[in-house]
Amino acid sequence: MEAAGQLARTGYYVTLIEKEANTGGHVKDWYHLFPNSRDSAEVIEYLEKQIEHDNILLITGKTVENFEKTNRTFIVRTDDGKERPADAIIVATGFELFRSERKEEYGYGIYDNVITSADLELMFRKNNLKRVNGEIPEKIGFVHCVGSRDEKVGNLYCSKLCCVTAVKQAMEARKHLYNAKIFCFYMDMRMSGALYEELYRESQEKYRINYIRGKVSEVSENINNKLVVKVEDTLTGRPLKMELDMLVLMAGMEMSNSGLKLAHATGLLTGENRFFAPADHHFGSNRSNIEGVFYAGTCTAPLNVTETISHARAAVSDVVDYLRNGIK
Amino acid sequence: MKTEGKKRIWSDYQKEIADDHFFYVRSCIRQSFFPGSEQFFLHFMREVLGKDVFENPSHTTCTGIGYHSDIVPLSTIMTVVARHFALMKEAGYKNIAISCVTSFGIYTEIIETWKHFPEELEKTREYLYKATGREFDVPENMAHTSDIIYKLRNEIAEKAKYRLVNHETGDPLNVVEHIGCHYSKMFPRYGVGGAEFPNVLGGMIEAWGGNVVDYPERRHCCGFGFRQYLVQANRGYSLSNTVKKFSSMKPFKPDLVLTNCPGCTMFMDKWQYTMKEMDGTVYGENGESIPVLTYEELAGLVMGYNPWNLGLQYHMVQSEPLLKKLGINYDPEDKFRTIDGRQMPVPENLINA
Repeated sequence: MEAAGQLARTGYYVTLIEKEANTGGHVKDWYHLFPNSRDSAEVIEYLEKQIEHDNILLITGKTVENFEKTNRTFIVRTDDGKERPADAIIVATGFELFRSERKEEYGYGIYDNVITSADLELMFRKNNLKRVNGEIPEKIGFVHCVGSRDEKVGNLYCSKLCCVTAVKQAMEARKHLYNAKIFCFYMDMRMSGALYEELYRESQEKYRINYIRGKVSEVSENINNKLVVKVEDTLTGRPLKMELDMLVLMAGMEMSNSGLKLAHATGLLTGENRFFAPADHHFGSNRSNIEGVFYAGTCTAPLNVTETISHARAAVSDVVDYLRNGIK
Repeated sequence: MKTEGKKRIWSDYQKEIADDHFFYVRSCIRQSFFPGSEQFFLHFMREVLGKDVFENPSHTTCTGIGYHSDIVPLSTIMTVVARHFALMKEAGYKNIAISCVTSFGIYTEIIETWKHFPEELEKTREYLYKATGREFDVPENMAHTSDIIYKLRNEIAEKAKYRLVNHETGDPLNVVEHIGCHYSKMFPRYGVGGAEFPNVLGGMIEAWGGNVVDYPERRHCCGFGFRQYLVQANRGYSLSNTVKKFSSMKPFKPDLVLTNCPGCTMFMDKWQYTMKEMDGTVYGENGESIPVLTYEELAGLVMGYNPWNLGLQYHMVQSEPLLKKLGINYDPEDKFRTIDGRQMPVPENLINA
């Protein structure tokens, strides 16, 4: 959306194809955004304004099946059988959240009060942070790195945003539940973005969040319908078993299925992490292996909202260079 | 708890289980401690279902316990297993049915090793040929015998005389299922239902009318764990594992524990005797301990076999409370008689008797 708006304002005609019924991707499902608790609706509002332009044709509910290049013109085919010409393409197929049920030992989809970070955002938005039976949770745990840095599920990479999301969500949970005990189970706290470390510190000092360095090994349910969580506390060097009312799985980011299908159909290269592989890690993170095809956002790697918008703007710069100056 | 979530996992871990023509390999522990189990399996398969199940008396231990105790080297156990496969090849069989979970784990581990390190397979071929002149093929289909009973669970339910229901109250019995670690925890795709929510025993329990108990220490070790028992100084650790497991299941009031591993059956059965002797603790209701049965014994019971022919009296925890709940009539006088009527010695201090 950001790239479409910028290109339109530069004078180009843009066809924006969205596979969902509405634009906004994952951001519209989120409640508040780190690091400043901005309502995600504000970001959506900003992006929607970007694409309010006569040069933009928005097509929703359609998926790009493939594209073909003849000389310097592309034919883009959608799943309704239509073909649309284009001089350049920006792929912005985004990411999908790791399906947490794949980490079978956590029991997502089996135990009622094991939820994902996305489920929790929905609860925040509805102001309904409760257990399935309607009780107010008194002890909540957050599991970091669910589907990230995990050889067992085939994802060696770090999803980068889950740590700070857990910090933000734990603080948000504290705002809803003043007396609850809140724990984060982490491998490392990767607070590499602007203001992340400050947020982490604040969460401990002002929001009384307990951080336990260790990976959860298994989750089960006892006779009282409480979750029983086993984890190793690697700082004290002891195994730990605790009862929790709710467990939140910080689902990582994966290449989207539609992105993978597009890669397969068109010959766009993907990397070891299955995201689209940029033509050059340092100088061409927006360029693909096909001349005239560019990338924007999380189809190339886990990125936060700020980075995604910056990456989209950079894609526009590359597209303009390509169309005006023929720079590959 | 959502059953749909478990069903989704089970659908990911379905394995091909052969229908017929099995090369059967026994378990050292089971044929010694629970001999009625293997006897029932062979009788049921051969006489009731008319299946072809072949045994070769030259089959030996897989040496798995020695391997897991660091006594038998990997190359040796691979050659022993290769010899089993050679016996199978010589008899013209391609489907192996394995009675023991330790052996099942050994076979899967070795076959996986050969897949990833083909040079080890070639070395094993050479060792076996030099030692015995035999050649072997890797089985086309490998099933644990609990897989086979799982596959036949609905057929057994159709033939059942009793259901896993308290015949006085009509309530389903609460059954704890416990798979051996080496059944699927090393290689989840070799087990029905995988490792985290296995369905091989749960599927039998549900098909036969019982209620599967999911309790916090469901995945915990039975207490055997090879070295924690085999090294005498570690036996307190072995027992403490079993205590942890039984303490966790106790609030769910289990009527029965069902296992598919020889070591698990033995330890969950015999350590209950020890726990009762040490401090008087029992984990069942009404001051009773919880019977621990193999899947063949349970299949035999629901099909109306005589409990003493199934060998239930050879367990440390006796099954009379379970038999009463199921409404199974039995003759206590026959309990320690041989089939031809001779009286055997009667053990003292039997639990639950």
